[in-house]
Amino acid sequence: MTPSEGVGRGVESVLEMLESLLALGGMVLLRDSVEWEGRSLLKALIKKSALYGEQVHVLGCEVSEEEFREGFDSSINSRLVYHDLFRDPLNWSKTGEALPGGPLEALRALCGRTDPGPITVALDSLSWLLLHLPCTTLCQALHALSRQDPCPGKQVRVLGLLHEELHGPGPVRTLSSLAQAEVTLSGAMGQASAHILYRRPRQHPTHQTQWFSILPDFSLDLQGGPLLEPQPQPDPHTPPVDPTNHLTFNLRLSKKEREAKDSLALPFQFSSEKQQALLRPGPGQATSHIFYEPDTYDDLDQEDPDDDLDV
Amino acid sequence: MHHFLSFYLKANCKVCFVALIQSFSHYNIVGQKLGVSLTAARERRQLVFLEGLKSAVDIFFRPQEEPHPLQFLREANTRNLQPLYEFVREALKPTDEEEAAWRCPVLLVDDLSVLLSLGVGAVAVLDFIHYCRATVCWERKGNIVALVHDSGDAEDEENDILLNGLSHQSHLILRAEGLATGFCKDVHGQLKILWRRPSQPTAPRDRSLTYQYKIQDKSVSFFAKGMSPAVL
Repeated sequence: MTPSEGVGRGVESVLEMLESLLALGGMVLLRDSVEWEGRSLLKALIKKSALYGEQVHVLGCEVSEEEFREGFDSSINSRLVYHDLFRDPLNWSKTGEALPGGPLEALRALCGRTDPGPITVALDSLSWLLLHLPCTTLCQALHALSRQDPCPGKQVRVLGLLHEELHGPGPVRTLSSLAQAEVTLSGAMGQASAHILYRRPRQHPTHQTQWFSILPDFSLDLQGGPLLEPQPQPDPHTPPVDPTNHLTFNLRLSKKEREAKDSLALPFQFSSEKQQALLRPGPGQATSHIFYEPDTYDDLDQEDPDDDLDV
Repeated sequence: MHHFLSFYLKANCKVCFVALIQSFSHYNIVGQKLGVSLTAARERRQLVFLEGLKSAVDIFFRPQEEPHPLQFLREANTRNLQPLYEFVREALKPTDEEEAAWRCPVLLVDDLSVLLSLGVGAVAVLDFIHYCRATVCWERKGNIVALVHDSGDAEDEENDILLNGLSHQSHLILRAEGLATGFCKDVHGQLKILWRRPSQPTAPRDRSLTYQYKIQDKSVSFFAKGMSPAVL
């Protein structure tokens, strides 16, 4: 693929990437790490949802509202409702400013909302919720939230940010099983990549890897991948070498050879024919004798033939 | 840690130092080498110093009703570090006469890993730092510098959760480690710098830098990997 072809196809796939993540509905799980953070991609997805005209509810546990809204223009910010769990999530200040009931109630309130229209719920972050709530409670709430409502106007899309290193494999896999799409962020040589797993209903899971970068206004920019060292290409004119040519041994047996092999009696298998052959001296055996002429100093002591007993 | 302490004091910031590892005199001696006097800073109320080693002993001789920042040492079930957070919040609360005197408030913690050894859970420490961030960084537009030890090969799950959780909350990570090739007389270690502020448009590819360093008596010299004067 030439670079220009790659870019052309890539632009389509960038649009498809965000759109296909959002079109699937249900839950999209973003798995990030310390080195490759995922909040920017979360914000890019939020921006895309808002541009579709949807209202976006953010359960913000890790950053302040100002920091989260940074980079969004006013049209997007007007569609964003920020539920602040950053300032006082555990109600330490007791000033009544904290969200009543804490994080769990805030999550459940989103399930029970009655306003019409499809909405997107962004959880920043699932890790914070998982550290403060039991895993089963959180999964039940998520399942209730992202369950596909048959009524098209009330669809809820859930975007969850998960910091992989903070949790054991059990909770991560549990959350992963609830998600219709899973994006694992990594990268190489300063270039971020997203490995996406789609779980479409009644289809096999499909994988896709996309190199990208996120611009300051949270739109996605395609990248072709990091500049790698040119790999040495195999010479197309050299025919592949067949290793089975010119062998000094047989790889396969013919039918006759196989029959002969199968009918061969193994030396230590004692059958009745063998027993008879041993007991009855055959015609060949009469010709084998041992002739022994002892030396002058040979001691033919039968009781000590090796002469090593110290008697 | 010593560098940041002297740096912020010289920059005229109000500093709250939660020192759990060493005594006040230790930091004072090193501070003097770097050109600041902690005693003077404490007297002029620029520095609020929680001497963990001394307070930890005091707590057992006080009446139990009085709240103490290191109260968790007394409680069997340490649920949270709220008293410690309240101490920090009080220490950096702006008072009228100080409003003009000092620049942004700064919280330094040396170090957080020891809290795990004292029986506090990793999530409780993360919550403490979360609340400090909300107050010091967001409300008061200040900074926090915290030291955590990496358990390295020893598999310490709680420490790993603490380290990774803090890393995710941080905007800048400085990771000091020994050289991969072992001990060296002229190069004492390597410092990796990772910026995690994603919305900055400048130099997205310079997110991570690595320098090697040599510690001298009153300063540290940095050089690029492989460029130590001893090697060239």
